[in-house]
Amino acid sequence: MGYPTSREFCKDIAMLNPRIIPCLLVKNKGLVKTINFKNPKYVGDPINAVRIFNEKEVDELIVLDIDATTGKRGPDYKMIEDLAAECRMPLCYGGGIKTVDQAEKIIGLGVEKVAISSAVIENPELITIITERLGNQSVVVVLDVKKTLLGGMYEVWTHNGQKNTGKCASELALQMEKLGAGEIVINSIDNDGMMKGYDLALVEKVRESISVQLTILGGAGSLQDIGRLINKCGVIGAAAGSLFVFKGVYRAVLINYPNRAEKDALIEENYHISEKLYSNLNTFINIKKS
Amino acid sequence: MIAIINYGMGNVKAFADVYKNLNIPAVIVRQADGLKYANKVILPGVGAFDHAMQRLQKSGMRPFLDEMVLHRHVPVLGICVGMQMLACSSEEGRLPGLGWIDGEVKRFKPSSIENPMRLPHMGWNNIKPLKSNTLLQGIDLDARFYFLHSYFFQGHGNEDIIAVTDYDGEFASAVNCENIYGVQFHPEKSHQWGIRLLENFAKI
Repeated sequence: MGYPTSREFCKDIAMLNPRIIPCLLVKNKGLVKTINFKNPKYVGDPINAVRIFNEKEVDELIVLDIDATTGKRGPDYKMIEDLAAECRMPLCYGGGIKTVDQAEKIIGLGVEKVAISSAVIENPELITIITERLGNQSVVVVLDVKKTLLGGMYEVWTHNGQKNTGKCASELALQMEKLGAGEIVINSIDNDGMMKGYDLALVEKVRESISVQLTILGGAGSLQDIGRLINKCGVIGAAAGSLFVFKGVYRAVLINYPNRAEKDALIEENYHISEKLYSNLNTFINIKKS
Repeated sequence: MIAIINYGMGNVKAFADVYKNLNIPAVIVRQADGLKYANKVILPGVGAFDHAMQRLQKSGMRPFLDEMVLHRHVPVLGICVGMQMLACSSEEGRLPGLGWIDGEVKRFKPSSIENPMRLPHMGWNNIKPLKSNTLLQGIDLDARFYFLHSYFFQGHGNEDIIAVTDYDGEFASAVNCENIYGVQFHPEKSHQWGIRLLENFAKI
């Protein structure tokens, strides 16, 4: 890279920060955490979790209702409304959204972004229809990705990892962007709940192919894992489930999240100043000196 | 009393909640007769420009809001798309805006082809105040706000811009012209600094 990695220099320069995002899974109105999309373990009450995350001033929150599509029942509007009313941070909701009217209703309940997966993979034009009404900033596509045993390809799966679409993750991400999605969430099925770090090769592949916002979910086991992701990608969404709901090797439920100082330190250590920002910075320092 | 306009696009409950916690009277208003007792107006917005304009038009509140804001000079705060709606037009749509502040809404254009900015501008960023303004009182320089947009307000003059934010170049993140205010970020989802800003608006 050759440029300073520390933000120490540029405290006076405003910048967009990487987003560190807890992701909550909901099943039967309770909060659960899975491993490789299986064995959901009950970890508590969603509203209670949101209240704690409010106190911790999290950057953003993703809530995914994991029965909504497989159980064929659609979004639980009452639950979404209750969650949105409680959230003092931006909320992204996903689960069971199949139509533009459902997406609009959810935005009307006070949700900032809607996440859609199987419905747009089956019917990609739906993305364009939803974007025309809601704007691309509120339309997120979640791709659940699994690495093939042979060849190391990244394929997209739907229905909680039960159906293989056979489609390549980075190609599908690009198609979704072209049709209007404003953010792609890549959810690694292989790394879900493993807490051994993100799949950085997967991140790089998808990141190179798209120019909208990218958020990575699956694998984070420590703040250092998030640091490594920021180090590689700069401004990115770093999402995690287990990391923010479990503590210790025995996976005791304890909701946690870095405070502002910890977050700033993490970014400062890992965020590489781009060439452009570096030259701006020099100009700025020279102005200050003279 | 603060009227939070509910035309189906935007997080009205989050505003109501913030004001409830601050003990400041605010109500969610769905139709024109709810505006009768309002001495301040919040115009939230999430969604595409044309769709938001259509929804506001359909709500039947538009003529009353025009009268309040333009003739009775009731303070109004537009949020995100709500701020963009204050302008005369937007590159995102074909419908005219409210035209309460002279300007238009433009799409971000990357400054370099090799390393284009990612859109939307999504996440937490700082604001740099350009002048002192009641709306921004007591807000620290390192305060961060939540942004979620691909379009931004561009005034015909710069005198209405009270704060800018850098995203591959500076854009207007807060505007004020007489009784009309707008912020591009989401104060209702920006934790303590957002609450401070909404409290400031209530004091205007």
